[in-house]
Amino acid sequence: MTQLPETTQRKLGLVIDLDTCVGCHACVISCKGWNTENYGAPLSDQNPYNKEASGTFLNRVHSYEVQPDIGAAQLIHFPKSCLHCDDAPCVTVCPTGASYKRVEDGIVLVNESDCIGCGLCAWACPYGARELDASEGVMKKCTLCVDRIYNENLPEEDRVPSCVRTCPAGARHFGDLGDEDSAVSQLVAERGGMDLMPELGTKPVNKYLPPRPKDTLDEIDILAPLLAPVAEDPKGFMGWLDKTLEKL
Amino acid sequence: MSFEQPILNTSPEVSDEIRKTTCYMCACRCGINVHLKQGKVAYIEGNRDHPVNKGVLCAKGSAGIMQVNAPSRLQTPLKRVGPRGSGEFEEISWDEALSMATNLLEPIRKNNPEKLAFFTGRDQSQSFTSFWAQNFGTPNYAAHGGFCSVNMAAAGIYTMGGAFWEFGQPDWDHTKLFMLFGVAEDHDSNPIKMGLGKIKARGAKVIGVNPIRSGYNAIADEWVGITPGTDGLFILALVHELMRAGKMDLDYLARYTNAPVLINSDPKSPEHGLLMRDADGKQLVVDSVTGKLAPFDRPGVRPDLSATYRHGGVTHRPVFHLMVERYLDPSYSADAVTERVGIAADKIRRIAAEIARVAFDEAIELDQEWTDFRGETHDKMIGRPVSFHAMRGISAHSNGFQTCRALHVLQIILGTVEVPGGFRFKPPYPKPPEIHPKPHCKVTPGAPLNGPHLGFVHGPDDLALKADGSPARIDKAFTWENPMSAHGLMHMVISNAHAGDPYKIDTLFMYMANMSWNSSMNTSGVIEMLTDTDENGDYVIPNIIYSDAYSSEMVAYADLILPDTTYLERHDCISLLDRPICEADAAADAIRWPVIEPDRNVRGFQSVLCELGARLSLPGFTNEDGSQKYADYADYIVNHIRKPGIGPLAGFRGDGSDIGRGEVNKDQLNRYIENGGFFVEHIPDGAHYYKPWNTKYQDWAVKMGLYDSPQPYLFQLYVEPMRRFQLAAEGHGDRQPPDHLREQIKTTLDPLPIWYAPFEDSHVDPEEYPIHALTQRPMAMYHSWGSQNAWLRQIHGHNPLYLPTKLMTQHDLTDGDWATVSSVHGSITVPVAHMAALNENTVWTWNAIGKRKGAWALGEESSEATKGFLLNHLIHELLPPKGDGLRWANSDPITGQAAWFDLRVKIAKAETANESQPAFDAIKSPVGVGPAELTWKVSQ
Amino acid sequence: MHPAPSVILFTTLSGIGFGLLAFLGLGLPVVTGWLAFAFFAVAYLLAVGGLLASTFHLGHPERALKAFSQWQTSWLSREAWAAVGALVVMGIYGAGLVFLDLRMPILGQIGAALSLATVYCTSMIYAQLKTVPRWNMPLTPVLFVSLSLAGGALLAGAGFLALILLGSAGCVQIAYWVVGDTRLKRSGTTIESATGLGHIGSVRAFEPPHTGTNYLMSEFMHVVGRKHAAKLRIIALGLMVLAPVILIMSPFNYVLALLLAAATHLAGVCVSRWLFFAQAEHVVGLYYGKR
Ligand SMILES: Nc1nc2c(c(=O)[nH]1)N[C@H]1C(S)=C(S)[C@@H](COP(=O)(O)OP(=O)(O)OC[C@H]3O[C@@H](n4cnc5c(=O)[nH]c(N)nc54)[C@H](O)[C@@H]3O)O[C@H]1N2
Ligand SMILES: Nc1nc2c(c(=O)[nH]1)N[C@H]1C(S)=C(S)[C@@H](COP(=O)(O)OP(=O)(O)OC[C@H]3O[C@@H](n4cnc5c(=O)[nH]c(N)nc54)[C@H](O)[C@@H]3O)O[C@H]1N2
Ligand code: SF4
Ligand code: SF4
Ligand code: SF4
Ligand code: SF4
Ligand code: SF4
Ligand SMILES: [Mo]
Repeated sequence: MTQLPETTQRKLGLVIDLDTCVGCHACVISCKGWNTENYGAPLSDQNPYNKEASGTFLNRVHSYEVQPDIGAAQLIHFPKSCLHCDDAPCVTVCPTGASYKRVEDGIVLVNESDCIGCGLCAWACPYGARELDASEGVMKKCTLCVDRIYNENLPEEDRVPSCVRTCPAGARHFGDLGDEDSAVSQLVAERGGMDLMPELGTKPVNKYLPPRPKDTLDEIDILAPLLAPVAEDPKGFMGWLDKTLEKL
Repeated sequence: MSFEQPILNTSPEVSDEIRKTTCYMCACRCGINVHLKQGKVAYIEGNRDHPVNKGVLCAKGSAGIMQVNAPSRLQTPLKRVGPRGSGEFEEISWDEALSMATNLLEPIRKNNPEKLAFFTGRDQSQSFTSFWAQNFGTPNYAAHGGFCSVNMAAAGIYTMGGAFWEFGQPDWDHTKLFMLFGVAEDHDSNPIKMGLGKIKARGAKVIGVNPIRSGYNAIADEWVGITPGTDGLFILALVHELMRAGKMDLDYLARYTNAPVLINSDPKSPEHGLLMRDADGKQLVVDSVTGKLAPFDRPGVRPDLSATYRHGGVTHRPVFHLMVERYLDPSYSADAVTERVGIAADKIRRIAAEIARVAFDEAIELDQEWTDFRGETHDKMIGRPVSFHAMRGISAHSNGFQTCRALHVLQIILGTVEVPGGFRFKPPYPKPPEIHPKPHCKVTPGAPLNGPHLGFVHGPDDLALKADGSPARIDKAFTWENPMSAHGLMHMVISNAHAGDPYKIDTLFMYMANMSWNSSMNTSGVIEMLTDTDENGDYVIPNIIYSDAYSSEMVAYADLILPDTTYLERHDCISLLDRPICEADAAADAIRWPVIEPDRNVRGFQSVLCELGARLSLPGFTNEDGSQKYADYADYIVNHIRKPGIGPLAGFRGDGSDIGRGEVNKDQLNRYIENGGFFVEHIPDGAHYYKPWNTKYQDWAVKMGLYDSPQPYLFQLYVEPMRRFQLAAEGHGDRQPPDHLREQIKTTLDPLPIWYAPFEDSHVDPEEYPIHALTQRPMAMYHSWGSQNAWLRQIHGHNPLYLPTKLMTQHDLTDGDWATVSSVHGSITVPVAHMAALNENTVWTWNAIGKRKGAWALGEESSEATKGFLLNHLIHELLPPKGDGLRWANSDPITGQAAWFDLRVKIAKAETANESQPAFDAIKSPVGVGPAELTWKVSQ
Repeated sequence: MHPAPSVILFTTLSGIGFGLLAFLGLGLPVVTGWLAFAFFAVAYLLAVGGLLASTFHLGHPERALKAFSQWQTSWLSREAWAAVGALVVMGIYGAGLVFLDLRMPILGQIGAALSLATVYCTSMIYAQLKTVPRWNMPLTPVLFVSLSLAGGALLAGAGFLALILLGSAGCVQIAYWVVGDTRLKRSGTTIESATGLGHIGSVRAFEPPHTGTNYLMSEFMHVVGRKHAAKLRIIALGLMVLAPVILIMSPFNYVLALLLAAATHLAGVCVSRWLFFAQAEHVVGLYYGKR
C-alpha cells in the first residue's frame, strides 16, 4: 500500500562494487531474461528489429568519465536499478496503492493488477529506476527478484537475484543491509559504501562501493626506491652474474 | 493504521525441465542451464558446476534466447538467382543443395583438389572440418586464426609451448600483480572477469596497458595509455631495467629455459646462431657441477648460465650472454624509449620496480613437494606472484609476433610462468613446439592430402612451397612472406583468389565467416572482388558455397547457401583435439546437443559435411562398401578414432569409466548429457605447477592421451627456427627466399625479441596521418551476430568514433558531430564522441556494429545501417604499392597475422550527415524483417 | 520533462474550469436559469474535459477508480477526491441555481473551496516532487492557484477583479521563472552527487546504457525546443496577462473582449504550461548527462 511501513523486518538490497564492475551488461540482460519470463507482464520491446528500438529494462549500466584535478581521466561503469529506498517517494505518490514496500524485507514492488500506469512513481524516483512498459501500460521496476530469493523450486544457492548470480566479475552483492553483521553490511563498512543523491532523503538501501584510488604509480614518493643497477654494461653484468651464480 | 500488502507467490515454478549444454555466443564456451517451459526456451543461466564459468553468464549468453528465436535465422537451403550481392535467392531442397555441391566439388577433387578453398571462420569444430578438408585433398584449408591472433598463439607456442589466448590463464587465486596488455574482452571472457573479480576482492593490483581506458582497463589500478604498436619497446625497456638491476630469477632461467644453451657464435659458420645439440638432437648446456658439456635434461645437470664453450675452433656462448648484450644496451632504457611509447620514463622505471618488488619480495611458497624431469625433488613450489595476459592489442600489429615474444621473455626472466601466482597453461598445453604437426601441402588428385594442413615449421624445409618454389596454398601461408603462419591467412584468400596470385581457384567454400563485411580488411574492395567478372562475364571467383545460420551480409555473396542450425539445435564437440574448455587445474571437454528441435528446414553443418563427404566418397567419410560412414555429426563425435583409443571426446570412454584413452563408447553422448554437457578431469595434487618439467604432470598427461610419452622441454627464449630462416636469407642452404624478401627476413625473424615500427608507419606519412585508429570488442556483442538480437542491439545499436580531448578541441568537434576519417587507402564519414580517458593520438570505435542495409532481418533504416559504421573500409589487406609490382601483405612478416591495428588516419570535421559513409545499397533480405513488437514470454 | 499534450491540456483546462467553478460558487456572477446553465456548462466542460484528457496518458484508464484509494499519501488521489467533491457539490449547487432558482451560499462556498483545493492538489502533484527542483517549491501551488483564479475571474466576467488577478498571476509567473531557473543548482543535486564520484574529480556522462532511447529518456529528458524558452516566456506572458488586460481595458464590446481575453489567456497558459514541463529538469537526466 502507498503508505510506507514504519520499519521493515529486513532491508534486503544490493551492494555494487564500482571498483570491480567492468561494464559488461551481463546483469542487464540476465535481469531482462528472468523478468521477461517471470514476475508480471513480460518486459516488452518496441521496434526490436528496426530503427528507434527501445524496450523495458529494470537494470541498466551507465558509464562515466571522471577527471581528477591532476592525472589521467578515469572511466567508471555504473550499474543502476531500484535502490529499494527506505523513504521511497515512488511509493507515497502512487494513487492506487499499486506501489508498495514490503514489511518483511523492504522490497519495493508494483502490484501490476492495481497499476493504472499514471507514471507518477517514475516521476518521483530520482534514480530512473522505474520504466513504464509501453506494451502492457504498467510500471515496471526491479523486484529484487522476489520470485527467486525465496523460491523453493530453486536450489538454495540460487536464491539470489538473477543479476547477482550472473555477474561475472562478482561486482554485485546481495544481502540484508539492515543487519550490521551481514556480509554486505561489513563490505559497506570496510569499503565506505555510499548512497546516491543522499540529499534527496530517499535513504536508499542499495549501496555503492567507490572505486579505489587509481594511478598511484604516477605519484612520486609513494613507491619503494627505484631499482638499483648492478652494472651499467654487459661486461660488468657478467661479473655480477658470476658472483651471483656462485651463491645460488 | 494497519499495513496491508498483496500476498505474493514467491515460489513460482521456474521451468518444466533444465537441459544443460554449452553456450556458443563466443569462443569462451560456458556451461548453460537452458530452462524449458512447454518445450520452449524460457530462460538461460550459467551452469554452476561448469569448469569455465562456474555459474556466471555474460550478456550474450543470457540473450541466447533472442538468438535462437531471431527472425534472421535462415529457413531453408538457398540458390542464388539474382546477381551476387543482390540477395535474390530461390528456396531449394536439401537434396538439390547437396547435389549442387557434389556436382561442383566432384570434378575438382578428381582433377585439381587445390581449386577448392575451404575456409571456416569462427569454426569451433576445426579438428573435424580440417579432417574433412584433408580427406578432400585440398591444401587450402584454415580457420580464422590468421586474421585473429595467430601472433599470440605462435609466439607463445614457439617460446613457451603454450599461449595466452584461451590456452592459459593467470593463477587468479595467488597473483598479487596482474598486468594486462591490449585486451578489451578476449576469448576467455567470463574467466577473465571472474579472475579480475577475485583479484579485486583481495585488493591486489591490476595494471592495464592499453591506449583506451575502458572495460577491464577502466578497473585497472594503474593505466598505461601506451602509443599503439609500441608495446614491444615498452616491454623490452622493462626487461632492460630489470636486467640492469639483476632482478631476474636466475635459478629458473638456468633450469627451465634455453638461457644456458650454447649457441654457435662464429659469424662465418653456416651454423652461426644455431643451438649446440648432441647426436640425439638434444640442446646442450655446460653443467656447472662438472664444468662439462651435457644435454639439458640429463639427470643431475645444473646448467651454467654464464660458461662459454669452444669447440671446433668456434666459441659457443649461452643464449643468456646474447640477451644480456642486447637488452642491457642503453637503446632499450626507459629514457631511450619514453618518447616513442608515450609513457614517462619514471613511470616505466616505477613499473619495473613494482614488478620486481612483487615478484621477488612478495614471493610465495607452497608446501608442495614435486620432482622435476632431471629427477631432482623440490620440497616447495616457489611462486612469483606477478602475472600477465595479453591479446590482440599487441598481436594484431605487423610487429606483433616479436612483441608477444618480448612479453613471454619478460615473464620468463621473472620466473613467473607455470609457478604459483604466475601464468599457467591449460591442458593440452604445455606442449613443446616440436610435437605439433608440421604443415602439409602435397596434393594428389582424387586422394587425401598427405597430412594436416596447419602446423609449426622449424626451418625452410617445412615451408609449404611447390617444387618451383611458388606458394602451395592460396593464402600463401608458410611461404617466405610469412614463414611461421601457423593458422593460415584467411584474410588473404579472397584477395589472392581474385588476383590469381599464386593461382586461380574454382570454388570458395566458407563456413561461418562474414567475409563480405566485418571480417575482411578492405570491405568495399572485397565486395568488388566477390562480384567482379572476367571478360566472359563470369565471376572471377567462379563458385561460392557458404554455410551460415543467419541472414548475414556474406549470404548475399554466395551462390549456394547451406543453412545451419542454431547452437541449441545441434550436436557440437568442444574437443581436446581442438580448442577445449580446460582450466589450469583440469582437462575438460564438452558437447552441445539438440536441447530443442529446429523448426525450419535447416541442418547442422557438420552433419551436412558427413553426408557431403560420403557423396564425394571421401575415404574418412565412407565405409568399405561405399556407404556413408557417419550418419551425422553425433555419430562422428562418438565413433571417430584419431589415434588408437583417442577420439573427439576424452570423457566416458570404453565402458564409461575410461578417461582420455579408451574404446568407443556408444553411450558417450548420454553420459555427457547426464554430466551437464561436459567432462572434467582434475590434475592430481603436486602436478598443478611447473607442468613442463613436473614428472607427475607429464605422466598424467600421457595417461590422458595428451602426449604419447613425457615431453619435458626448455622454454625457448631464443627461437632457433627463426634463426634458420635468417640463415637462409643470408644465403645458407638450398631453399632460398626470393631476393626481395631477404632483407625483411633478416631483420624481422630475429631469434631474440626485437621491436620495429609497425609496417604501416613506414608506408604512409605519419605526419600526414598522425592518428592511430583502433577497434574494440563490446562485451555485450559478438562480432556481427549481436545485432540480430533484440536485447543486445539496444545496448549497441550504433557506434560513434571516440576521439580524445586534444583531437575534439583541435577539430572543433562536439558529441554528435560528424567527421571524415581517412587513411591512405580510403575514407569514411561517421559520428564522433568525446572520450577523455584515451591516448591523445588515438581514436577508436566498437567493432562490427555497422551493418549492411537489408542484412540480419533488420529494417533498412536501422541505426546499425545508418549511423553505424565499419573501420574496415580504411584497412587494406595489402600495404600501399611500393612500385615494385608486388603485392605486399599488411600482415606480420613472421606469421602473416593481419595487422588490423597498424592503421593510421587523419581526421577532418564534416558537414552534418544523416548517414555514415560509405553507404551501400540494400540487400534483399532472404528472411524478411523482424516483428514490430516483442512481448516474449513462454508461459503467458 | 516531456511536455505531453494531454497533461498540458489537463492542467490548463481543469485549472481554468475549477477557477470558474470557484467564482460561481462564490456567486460571481450571480446567475440563475439558462445563464447559470451556460456558465456551469462551460466550467464543467473545461474541468471535466481536462480531467478526461489526463486519463489519456494512463496505461490503464479503465482502472482509474483505483486512484481514489490512496488519499492519505498521494496528491493524485487527493486531487481525485477533491475534483469529485467539487464537481458533486457544485453540481448540486448549480442544479439549484439552474432548475430551482435556489442559491445555497454555504454549499457554494464549500464547492468553491473544493474547486480551489482541486487545483491546489494538482499543483502539489508537481510541487511535491523533489526530483524536479524547479517544481519543488511553494511558488508552484501559488502559480497554479493564481492562474486558476485569474482565468476563472476572466471567464466569470469579473472585469476589475480579473485585472487584479491577472496582474498578480503575471507577477507570480515571473517570480516562478526567476526563482525556478536557479532551483536545480541550489538543490545541491549534481551528477557528482548522483554518482557519488565527485570526490575523485569532475564527472561527465560517457556512454549511455544503450544507444537507443527508453521510457526515461522520452519522459524526462526534454532538451529540444528549450532554446526558444526566453521567447516563449514573453509570448506566454503576453497572451496570458498582457493581451487580456489590454482587451478588457479596451473600448470594444465588453463581452466580446472578455471572450477574446479568455481565449488568449487560455492560449497563454498553454504556452506557460508547455514551458512548465519542457523547462523542468528531472534529476534523472543527470545520469544521462542530459536534462
Ligand atoms: N564480447 C565479445 N567477446 C569476444 C569477441 C567479440 O566479438 N565479442 N570476439 C572474440 C575474438 S574473435 C577475439 S580475437 C577476441 C579478441 O579479444 P581482444 O584481444 O580483447 O580484442 P579487441 O577487442 O580487438 O581488443 C584489442 C584491445 O587492444 C587494444 N590495443 C590496440 N592496439 C594496441 C596496442 O598497440 N597496444 C596495446 N597495449 N593495446 C592495444 C585496444 O584498445 C583493445 O582494447 O575476443 C573474443 N571475444
Ligand atoms: N576492424 C576490425 N575488424 C575485425 C577485427 C577487429 O578487431 N577490427 N577482428 C577480426 C577478428 S579477430 C575476427 S575473429 C573476425 C571475426 O570474423 P567472423 O568470424 O567472420 O565474424 P562474425 O561476424 O562472427 O561472423 C561469423 C558468421 O558466422 C555466422 N554464424 C553464427 N552462428 C552460426 C552458426 O551456428 N552456424 C553457422 N554456420 N554460422 C553461424 C554469423 O551469422 C556470421 O555471419 O573479425 C575480424 N575483423
Ligand atoms: S554484470 Fe557485474 S561487471 Fe557486468 S556490468 Fe553488471 S555489475 Fe558490472
Ligand atoms: S530507487 Fe526509485 S523506484 Fe526504487 S525505491 Fe527508490 S525511489 Fe522508489
Ligand atoms: S504508474 Fe502505477 S505504480 Fe506508478 S504511481 Fe501510477 S499507479 Fe502507482
Ligand atoms: S534484483 Fe532482479 S529485478 Fe532487480 S536488477 Fe537484479 S535481476 Fe533485475
Ligand atoms: S562468455 Fe558469454 S557468450 Fe561466451 S560462451 Fe560464455 S556466456 Fe557464452
Ligand atoms: Mo578473433
